[in-house]
Amino acid sequence: MEILVCVKRVPDTAENEIEMNSAGNDIERDDLVYSVNEWDNYAVEEAIQIVDKVGGSVTVVTVGDEDSDEILRREMAMGAEKGLLATDDAFSGSDCKGIATILKGVVAKGQYDLIMTGAQADEGYGAVGGMLAAMMDVPYASLVNKVDVQDGKLVIGREIQGGSQEMNEITLPCVLSIQTGINEPRYVGIRGIRKVSSVEIPELSASDLGVDAGSVGEAAAKVKKVDYFVPEKGEGAEMLEGSTDEIIEKLIEILKANGGLK
Amino acid sequence: MAQIYAYIEHHDGVLDDTAMELVVAGKKIAAGPVTAIVTGSGIDAVASEAAKIYPEVIKIDTPALAYPNAEVIRKALVNILPSGAIVLLPHGPFGMDLGPGLSIKMDSSFASDIVDIEGTDGNLVKLIRQEFGGVVSVHVTSDISSGAVLCVRPGAMAPDESKSASGKITDKSGDAGDLSANRKFLEIVEPEAGDVDITKADVLVSIGRGIEDQENIGIAQELADAMGAVVSCSRPIVDAKWLEPARQVGTSGNTVKPKVYMACGISGSFQHLGGIKGGFIIAINKNPNAPIFQVANVGIVADILEFMPALTEKLQG
Ligand SMILES: Cc1cc2nc3c(=O)[nH]c(=O)nc-3n(C[C@H](O)[C@H](O)[C@H](O)COP(=O)(O)OP(=O)(O)OC[C@H]3O[C@@H](n4cnc5c(N)ncnc54)[C@H](O)[C@@H]3O)c2cc1C
Repeated sequence: MEILVCVKRVPDTAENEIEMNSAGNDIERDDLVYSVNEWDNYAVEEAIQIVDKVGGSVTVVTVGDEDSDEILRREMAMGAEKGLLATDDAFSGSDCKGIATILKGVVAKGQYDLIMTGAQADEGYGAVGGMLAAMMDVPYASLVNKVDVQDGKLVIGREIQGGSQEMNEITLPCVLSIQTGINEPRYVGIRGIRKVSSVEIPELSASDLGVDAGSVGEAAAKVKKVDYFVPEKGEGAEMLEGSTDEIIEKLIEILKANGGLK
Repeated sequence: MAQIYAYIEHHDGVLDDTAMELVVAGKKIAAGPVTAIVTGSGIDAVASEAAKIYPEVIKIDTPALAYPNAEVIRKALVNILPSGAIVLLPHGPFGMDLGPGLSIKMDSSFASDIVDIEGTDGNLVKLIRQEFGGVVSVHVTSDISSGAVLCVRPGAMAPDESKSASGKITDKSGDAGDLSANRKFLEIVEPEAGDVDITKADVLVSIGRGIEDQENIGIAQELADAMGAVVSCSRPIVDAKWLEPARQVGTSGNTVKPKVYMACGISGSFQHLGGIKGGFIIAINKNPNAPIFQVANVGIVADILEFMPALTEKLQG
């Protein structure tokens, strides 16, 4: 099975305190620490496990710039054989549809049976996989938390409300968006990344991909960010202040008053 | 202004709460009627309920839609909706499945996880979204000149509970067209019951990613023991397999209604909060800007790895 996994470089929320910039219209982007979108690690792990079972290979792709090289190599260190970087000035400012359009060009250059994305990334749209599938006219399933390969098709589980799982049969080729928890993504150390440090990562431009530069990027985007802001805070919680001992005293009183201690 | 449609989710013959929220979202885009779309098999009662909220209801009632398979429903909607339509969906497992592909097939714009709508300016509808777990908000515009698919976060809009409409129901089942699909629904698998039932607990000590390490789970258990409470958690703790799925609180886990919910190192994502229905909320978080402090009754800015053992020690006397 030939599998393409679409990944993204995102600010790492565990490593950053997100703050507004001094102009108050964007977050402070200097010094942000970046990593691979959490969901994508699960998608790459799932792809590797499928290939381990049924053969084939895993390719990872991202739309980005030279900074994205390190995340591609990280996923290659997990076990993806190939990395591809779709990069072009014309791509910058793309909305979800623009990104899906670029990825459709990437897919057309290969022979993939299965395409995976993370269920969502830093912006939380969760849209690229579903758009890509619709553009390619292949079936799609989102929030996938189980994949079982069968003859020419997959049996997949989707996460729905309350921890229930919706089982479906889906034909290949198809696009799946992968939900966290489907597996335990393997750990990659510095050593593993060093091993793939000299593997060539082909760069693909709009013309390489046969993508009309006018159909992607900022000019084509129908959805645009205007600015960031911090919403007016409501009343919020009553904050307990003082020394740890004082806070604990007050908290115990509050717990008692609300039935929080037995 | 294009016609606005709201897709109505229903489960076991009961309308989802988002039915009362999407009508409000629609009115925030433009004055004028919002049309409900109800799909399924044998859905007369559901359509009548929707007609109490919406002035117009389109019903697509056919055995092929007995289970809401997004791939099939997309086909029906593409056949029935006029081009340029604005379609509102709840941003949940179904909307996430349907929305992106529908926008491509309708050739319209797409935005999801919308928390508020600030009206329309020419061809641009002005949306508010959030990023970084709700720490910051973002103004976003979506060009609706050729229609739009907009997924609205459940619970974000104050619902219209008046049920004062007496809507007209139009049956469009005959126009749904070819409903074959390459994705077939098989069955629903219910989650396995765990050793604990957090939904029955009066007091929950709930831990999130702030617990940092599997080895620290004991800190939470010791505190829970001292309080006579049960340990629950946010999703990343279950994803990491540090606790079993039965302990997860949230939209994809359990809905809880304890007397006291103590959230320790939990940021307060909407999926997590969606599983807390009432109770006195105490939040402990080292980040004073954590969104959980907006919904908690009492907040403490502290490192849980120091605060929890200190509280345990005090309770043990
Ligand atoms: C379809 C879907 C369904 C989902 N369903 C659920 C669900 O059912 N339940 C759920 O919980 N999530 C769910 N999620 C995930 C959700 O979006 C969030 O990612 C998740 O709730 C975050 O968990 P958290 O608050 O523990 O982690 P984070 O958001 O990473 O927050 C950790 C918090 O801990 C604080 N912290 C860190 N270290 C310390 C310390 N030492 N002391 C004190 N505070 C500290 C940080 O300041 C931060 O606020 C779902 C997501 C999707 C896409």
